[in-house]
Amino acid sequence: MTTFDPYAPSRETTEGTVFSVTGGDWDSLVQEIGSTKEERVVVNMGPQHPSTHGVLRLILELEGETVTEVRCGIGYLHTGIEKNMEFRNWTQGTTFVTRMDYLGPIFNETAYCLAVEKLLGITNDVPERASVIRVMMMELNRISSHMVALGTGALELGAITPMFFAFREREIVLDLFEMISGLRMNMAYIRPGGVQQDLPEGALPKIRQAVKQMRKNFKDNTSLLVGNSIWLKRTQGIGYLDLAGATTLGVTGPVLRATGLPWDLRKVQPYCGYENYNFDVITADTCDVYGRFLIRMNELEQSLRIIEQAVDKLEALEGAPVMVADKKIAWPAQLALGGDGLGNSLNHIREIMGTSMESLIHHFKLVTEGFYVPAGQVYQAIESARGELGAHVVSDGGTRPYRMHFREPSFNNLQATSAMSEGGMIADIIGAVASIDPVMGGVDR
Amino acid sequence: MTDSGMFGARGTGDTSGYGGLVRTAASTGSSERPFGGYFDDVADDLERAYPAFSQAIERIVVDRGELTLHVKREKLVEVAFVLRDSLKFEMCMGVSGIHYPENIGCELVAVYPLLSMTNNRRIRLEVCVSDSDSHIPSLVEVWAGNNWHERETFDMFGIIFDGHPGLTRILMPDDWQGHPQRKDYALGGIPVEYKGATTPPPNDRRSYK
Repeated sequence: MTTFDPYAPSRETTEGTVFSVTGGDWDSLVQEIGSTKEERVVVNMGPQHPSTHGVLRLILELEGETVTEVRCGIGYLHTGIEKNMEFRNWTQGTTFVTRMDYLGPIFNETAYCLAVEKLLGITNDVPERASVIRVMMMELNRISSHMVALGTGALELGAITPMFFAFREREIVLDLFEMISGLRMNMAYIRPGGVQQDLPEGALPKIRQAVKQMRKNFKDNTSLLVGNSIWLKRTQGIGYLDLAGATTLGVTGPVLRATGLPWDLRKVQPYCGYENYNFDVITADTCDVYGRFLIRMNELEQSLRIIEQAVDKLEALEGAPVMVADKKIAWPAQLALGGDGLGNSLNHIREIMGTSMESLIHHFKLVTEGFYVPAGQVYQAIESARGELGAHVVSDGGTRPYRMHFREPSFNNLQATSAMSEGGMIADIIGAVASIDPVMGGVDR
Repeated sequence: MTDSGMFGARGTGDTSGYGGLVRTAASTGSSERPFGGYFDDVADDLERAYPAFSQAIERIVVDRGELTLHVKREKLVEVAFVLRDSLKFEMCMGVSGIHYPENIGCELVAVYPLLSMTNNRRIRLEVCVSDSDSHIPSLVEVWAGNNWHERETFDMFGIIFDGHPGLTRILMPDDWQGHPQRKDYALGGIPVEYKGATTPPPNDRRSYK
């Protein structure tokens, strides 16, 4: 065919004929591809594609509709967070890490802060109330993250209603986040040594009410999807990855638990006092997309259980500190809500500006300079919504990290795309990627 | 931490803390037995399963409840196979690079956190190489999941993992010059003006150490 086609122009390269499809005129493309002798077609999918779960680029080699090879192209959301953190003090680090995996900000912050606390040697000095708040926030975050996984995953497979339900539930969690930290996302709420501020007045009844509401709401998606024959056809036996494959690829989280292994760091290597909560590790033995979906659905109830127990504990710990007692680490100001938003409390301003020069110096030094962290390195792993989130922190004894590295579960698990999808149909790649639930902000950092 | 004196004061009475952009490398010595916890078992098991232990392991460091084995790069793959097959460290949680420009002959460090799900243990391997000969054998044949992690470390630090099936850049564009997370690679940035005051880029701000 020699006529110019404005929707599917073609050019010759060393790799063969390349078609650039820009419009919706697939008929002429199919005709042209049909006229070539080559049976193998390489298709570029993404990074701007509604079904690739973010700015993920997939390079697919197809024979007909069968996928023979998948490669992932990533890096479109690389922000250099690790490098940037080397130029900010330890407290400012939370503001950066919270923006990596933007659907799991609390997990990023907690992993980072636990690592910094381990370096400082103050792990056991973190007040219990702070740990309980962290656990509660992480479980709320797990719900909101699973809701996006479920909602967008279903949407990518063509089901729009689950997304409406999922985002309705997510909204409940984000409202709680806003009430507690002032922000719906990227809160920088967990800080080295504790949390940024205590819960506002009347928070616990609201959380209880939200738990009740969510428990009721979750039934909508359960009755819509669990056992739904269309959903089963799109997810059962799709994206197969067994235990051996998951282990060698370093895959963790729901994808690993879908192989039947109850590996959950909250149980096996507890942190933040997770050993004091009753909850079950959810597994499935199907190794497929449906199993991962069921795990996420059932983990919601476990998160609700943990939140309820955390609220009970918080009621008993009313008024207890939420930051370490060491004033060389703890932020000097108690934050308070004023007419112009959240800021240093008026009492604190009155003290440092009116009565105590030493307090002013202390405040100034801690905020501008920060605290020193003894030299060394640690690796701290937590169970995020997507798997093992590891923070490798190196200090040279200064006020800033010498090197920060995050072992992001999304980054690692995305490698399994090829193993899950090759040999399958092109339409099933979407399901496989959605079941990994990669967040590109976390993948690229 | 509580009795370390004034903020930033080290030796002089200057409490401004201003020290310019000075970077010092952290180095810790080797730890003595007993290491405590399961660390002794790990060291014993490895010594039993791997006869060349004393030639391959340069140092064993226990710090903050974590065990680090400093491995000679020539022996890295052998040690990794033994750790995986005999000591049941089924998972490698990737690789993280560190750049110490002042450590001559040992500028680039690769750190591998390992996880044994069978025994519920964690250890860490560390390999260091010089900047002029920044080659480390790839561990992709041992743990396939290290593929992307090694590409990332190559991309960010320029460590070349020999034997990697496709060592290309992963986060930066393919034609990028330099390796951004090395210490000799500037962060960059521009001064920002807000309400008449100018904030310098992070690279040029005063540093406290």
